[in-house]
Amino acid sequence: MSKTKDIIYGLYNDEQDLLRAVKAANADHLEIMDVYTPFPVHGLDPLLGLAESRLHIAGFVYGMLGTLTAFLGMSWIFTKDWPVIFGGKPHWSVPAFIPITFELTVLFASIGMVVTFYIINGLGPGVVNPTIDLRITDDKFCIAFDNSETDPSKAQAFLKRTGASEVHAKTI
Amino acid sequence: MSSPISNIREPLVQGHKSYHDITEDLVSPTERKPGLGWTIGFIISITLLGFGLFCIAWTIWFGIGSWNLNRTVGWGWDITNFVWWIGIGHAGTLISAILLLFRQKWRTGVNRAAEAMTIFAVICAALFPGIHVGRAWVVFYFFPYPNTRGPLWPNFNSPLLWDLFAISTYFTVSLLFWYTGLVPDFATVRDRAKGLRRKIYNVLSFGWTGSAKHWQRWEALCLVLAGIATPLVLSVHTIVSFDFATSVIPGWHTTIFPPYFVAGAIFSGFAMVLTLMIVTRKLLNLQEYITIGHIESMNKVILVTGTIVGVAYLTELFIAWYSGYVYEQFAFFNRAAGPYWWSYFGMMFCNVISPQIFWVRKFRRSVAITFFVSIVINIGMWFERFVIIATTLARDYLPSSWSYYSPSWVEIGIFLGTLGLFFTLYLLFTRVAPVVAIAEVKSILKTAGDQYTGPNAIHAHGHEHDAHGDSSQHDHAFDHEVDNDLTVGPSGIAPAIALETVVEEPTSSVVDKGPRIQSSTSVDDLKRIEGVGPKIAEILNNGGINTFAQLADADTVFIKQLLDAAGPRFRTHDPGSWPEQAALARDGRWDELNDLQDRLDGGK
Repeated sequence: MSKTKDIIYGLYNDEQDLLRAVKAANADHLEIMDVYTPFPVHGLDPLLGLAESRLHIAGFVYGMLGTLTAFLGMSWIFTKDWPVIFGGKPHWSVPAFIPITFELTVLFASIGMVVTFYIINGLGPGVVNPTIDLRITDDKFCIAFDNSETDPSKAQAFLKRTGASEVHAKTI
Repeated sequence: MSSPISNIREPLVQGHKSYHDITEDLVSPTERKPGLGWTIGFIISITLLGFGLFCIAWTIWFGIGSWNLNRTVGWGWDITNFVWWIGIGHAGTLISAILLLFRQKWRTGVNRAAEAMTIFAVICAALFPGIHVGRAWVVFYFFPYPNTRGPLWPNFNSPLLWDLFAISTYFTVSLLFWYTGLVPDFATVRDRAKGLRRKIYNVLSFGWTGSAKHWQRWEALCLVLAGIATPLVLSVHTIVSFDFATSVIPGWHTTIFPPYFVAGAIFSGFAMVLTLMIVTRKLLNLQEYITIGHIESMNKVILVTGTIVGVAYLTELFIAWYSGYVYEQFAFFNRAAGPYWWSYFGMMFCNVISPQIFWVRKFRRSVAITFFVSIVINIGMWFERFVIIATTLARDYLPSSWSYYSPSWVEIGIFLGTLGLFFTLYLLFTRVAPVVAIAEVKSILKTAGDQYTGPNAIHAHGHEHDAHGDSSQHDHAFDHEVDNDLTVGPSGIAPAIALETVVEEPTSSVVDKGPRIQSSTSVDDLKRIEGVGPKIAEILNNGGINTFAQLADADTVFIKQLLDAAGPRFRTHDPGSWPEQAALARDGRWDELNDLQDRLDGGK
């Protein structure tokens, strides 16, 4: 059974309000559990101290895996396993291997990155995450505090002070 | 806001939308019953699809003999259709990937539908290699997998196999890219849905929450996918062109094919996107999201790529002559004067002549003309592939082998079937998913919505609060009355204890200083500004500057543009001091204004 969390969350109507509030939370050293928005808000990540995503590094690694698979695979097949003479060309015809090598690089990189993305985010077909508020995917910006990390009354006061249009408590 | 707010660019979202309006406009087509237009389109498409499936079954049962291919013309409508569909698919990736890399915000209005179109076009295309082989039931032999036939491997040196990898990769990457973008939008639909629909969209939205970290990774993923999808789309049609270019047939064996095919693919793809978007925006009432500006931008791309294609045609003709190679020269003579001359002229007219109409701004921005020309272009691009394939094969090196090809009813039926498949899938897509990228449009609202651009634009310096003082637009901000009921909270899922429901105080903006809309409530006498006479005051008013406050905030570059546009008489006027004067007038500092005007000479 997953353990439940008690949270206090506030909803803002505008991303500028949200950014100001997060700045204020940083100034007050209040620990935010998470911020939820209907679209990516630029400027939010550094404020929340989120490290840059390393997905592109993973993509590169997967891509290299694809390159090696394709190139070494074709090289072995056409030199060792079943060499055939095609149009008088040499067995190890590197220029002819390039298109497939490129395609497989892209294929492995894409599939790898996308699958990694879903896994590290904990998302996937059929995954159900607790809903904080139904309007977050519509037009509300949410800051949520975990009661076990931040004093609920402090969180509440902070949210009111920074202009949250609604403040709620919830167990998720 | 760190991004510059333009005061001359056309708005990409019209109608003074709020975030909630965007959600409402874009999700509601999936929530209401389909209209008459959709139903009629669907019935026609399903009928065509059904007939197509019947023709495919006929082909597999009776064999390729039911087609009119022969020894000479071994590729006819099958490969023509294949290349045509793949070409159409390229626009989606270009719009999503390449325009993302070039930071073109207008792509957000059309990218979702264009990517969906890509996927459906690739499905239609992939059908043809699958069924044009003799034994369609063992077509999986093409894939390199360990087998008991040796193990026997396919020929990796052949462009036909490169095609297999290219198309498969292209399909997979497009699908992943499209779906990744859809996940947050499905979450938006999910959170508005009830009952079975909610369950379905729950599965489709993968549990998306809108968490900041997830968005950060989402953007990173989209950027990298765009980065690798770009060379992918270029490579896919290059590889398709290699099917022809690596042969020895005159008219085929030419190095111009890769760029020519890629440009042609983008050309026909954008034409198909325009055809679909014009119908979609009309039927789903999305003219404020898929604006005339979007249509104009796409027409510009069509003009460029169409011109490239035209130049390629002329280059081929020139090189055929310049090379002195009689077979190449004959190949082109045959295209223009041989048995298929009508297809060549059709191609030339549809592809080279017709897009040139878009040099004229009025036609670029006309929906009716765009729709008509987009269909003409698609027909023309079909003829181009037909000219390349059937015309050339019918008259190659050995006159004793010359032949004539025209399609059988089975081939025509399969083509109609793919049209049916494409439109069926597209219509289903419009029912199930939001046709425009909801989250992306919301993210460009502040920089491209019409309440923030043009004369309403506010400059980055010193007006941060005003630029985002759109709370008065959010009418629903005042909807949240104090609710002391401790039963079901607004989330509707679990009881949320409303600790305090604050009736919205516009903290970030002063209520009476909302977004400046075109119809100003007050007009100031701009002639008080030295350098501004009655004519110039009129020019400023027409440009949306009616008050001292607006003139004070206006950018001198913008004013200069207004003056330049008004005519040569006004070009010498220097508006450099006008904003400064207007600021004093706005604040009512008339003495200082008089002093300033004494110092100024003629407002310079």
